[in-house]
Amino acid sequence: MLYEIRFHGRGGQGAVTAANLLVRAALLEGKWGVSFPFFGAERRGAPVTAYARISDGPLKIHQQIYEPDIIVVLDPKIPSLVDVSDGLKDDGIAVVNSPSKPDNVKASKIYFVDATGIALELGLVVAGWPVVNTSMLGALVKATGIVSIDSVISAIKEWWKGRVGELNAKAALRAYEEVKAVE
Amino acid sequence: MASKYPVSKQILMAVNGDEAVAYAVKQSLVDVVAAYPITPQTIIVEKFSEFVANGEVYTEFIPVESEHSAMSACVGAAATGARAFTATAANGLALMWEILYIAASLRLPIVLAVVNRALSAPINIHCDHSDAMGMRDAGWIQLFVENSQEAYDTTIQAFRIAEDPEVLLPVAVNLDGFFLSHTLENIRMLPDEAVRAFLGGHRKVHKTYVDYLGKEVEVKLDPANPLSFGPLDLYDYYFEHKMQQIEAMKRVPEVIRRVNEEWYELSGRRYGDGIIATYGVEDAEVIVTVLGSTAGTVRSVAKKMRKAGRKVGIVRIRMFRPFPFDELREVLKDARVVGVMDRAISFGSYGPSYLEINAALSELKSRPVLVNYIYGLGGRDVPPNLVERMFEELLDVAKAGGTAERLRFLGVRGNV
Repeated sequence: MLYEIRFHGRGGQGAVTAANLLVRAALLEGKWGVSFPFFGAERRGAPVTAYARISDGPLKIHQQIYEPDIIVVLDPKIPSLVDVSDGLKDDGIAVVNSPSKPDNVKASKIYFVDATGIALELGLVVAGWPVVNTSMLGALVKATGIVSIDSVISAIKEWWKGRVGELNAKAALRAYEEVKAVE
Repeated sequence: MASKYPVSKQILMAVNGDEAVAYAVKQSLVDVVAAYPITPQTIIVEKFSEFVANGEVYTEFIPVESEHSAMSACVGAAATGARAFTATAANGLALMWEILYIAASLRLPIVLAVVNRALSAPINIHCDHSDAMGMRDAGWIQLFVENSQEAYDTTIQAFRIAEDPEVLLPVAVNLDGFFLSHTLENIRMLPDEAVRAFLGGHRKVHKTYVDYLGKEVEVKLDPANPLSFGPLDLYDYYFEHKMQQIEAMKRVPEVIRRVNEEWYELSGRRYGDGIIATYGVEDAEVIVTVLGSTAGTVRSVAKKMRKAGRKVGIVRIRMFRPFPFDELREVLKDARVVGVMDRAISFGSYGPSYLEINAALSELKSRPVLVNYIYGLGGRDVPPNLVERMFEELLDVAKAGGTAERLRFLGVRGNV
């Protein structure tokens, strides 16, 4: 089993952290993971990309991902700025932060969850920005089963201690429960 | 054979390549770290400074004002008998250049992590090997790693290699910027006590008889037993001292092989024979040589092509200085075509490893056709399909029996 995942977000939204947390969650299950950001001239608010590979065995290649199995879209407006479906496999899955059925993403199977709404309700806001990356991880693992939600929550609580970890874990769990498939 | 520390006794962590180096340094009882930040190296010393601030190490951490000073401070520290480490990249390494020669010539076993990055201009923070190739003549041992696990393993090994009494030369551990430095992956760390035992504790300084002191003393700056380091040395002895450096380099491969095997006995991990790592070369018509993280991609493409019956192989060059002429001649001699991948170019000439391999094969009566591929400058990615196309081109050269186009460029725009 090898999953190649591409995260689309904006600088400051935590796409890179989401990719890193996914690898740490995989590690907790004895799986192998690699995550890396696409470094260009990233800055707060601009579109950013991060990647993760998750596998049963050691991963030997360090090249970029051109044909992902899964895309995760952290910002509902990103698909109008970049082609998030570029190279996505024919049977590829998209997991999108959106309050309603997204109409701007192409994928064979699309899942959506209102990660922004969850963040606002939980008061998970940093410097005026709703934190959506941990919710999107919850939605991702429900949609794909790459790793268990328990591993994601453990990885989150290792990354942030105390209340911040609790809140992010709660957000991930809520998104895990609330994510819907587009029929 | 079971390793002394099976994986169950090792610590599994998800870290990036820079952090892997920082953890290796943390476990290596390093006395002095002097460094100046530069992307993509910064994480190494940033992480290490956390260990210092948390009291997890007893290292003297010197945040200097430039890379020239970083290497100078390491030279001074190592001359007093300390185990010294620094890290840099690209322009930072270029600024160290003068002191790199002094470190090697004074036979100081400093370890330097070079997180490979393109040189300016235009300014670029991404990976290529131009920085490392600029220091290849400075007298340092140069090792190139393929992944973060190897970055960890090799950083620890580097202290052993550098401090071996047969060697006493500084070692540069090269890891690809971003492809390794900023990529999070699983690595296994040995327990602290295993690393300490492997290194034999703190640095041991060798002794020599000094006539004016009338006794054997440790070769270090020590007010109780004063010695001079690097005094004036004109046409009377300078040449002989250079001969000593030349001779020391000859002893390096054997030490690296031995350290590679000892590490294997300890951890269960080794990297080829420590010098080169091969795959599929036994019956290969076409062999590609490569340094660094790209080897993973080239190997996976070669595996796929071999399954389809294509006779291709790969040699990853782990030790670039001293250059493994004999090892490469032996492994490449029966190939029909050798593709030499270089992530750097000597303007007006070829890629650095092409020139070396050309020299290595020059003694053969019948030699493979050599083709040089310059790739990945400034971090340009090399996806598997591009590697496969390169192998196909090389197989065509094998069929044709030669080519006039010996210098080629992989994945660049324009008709060159």
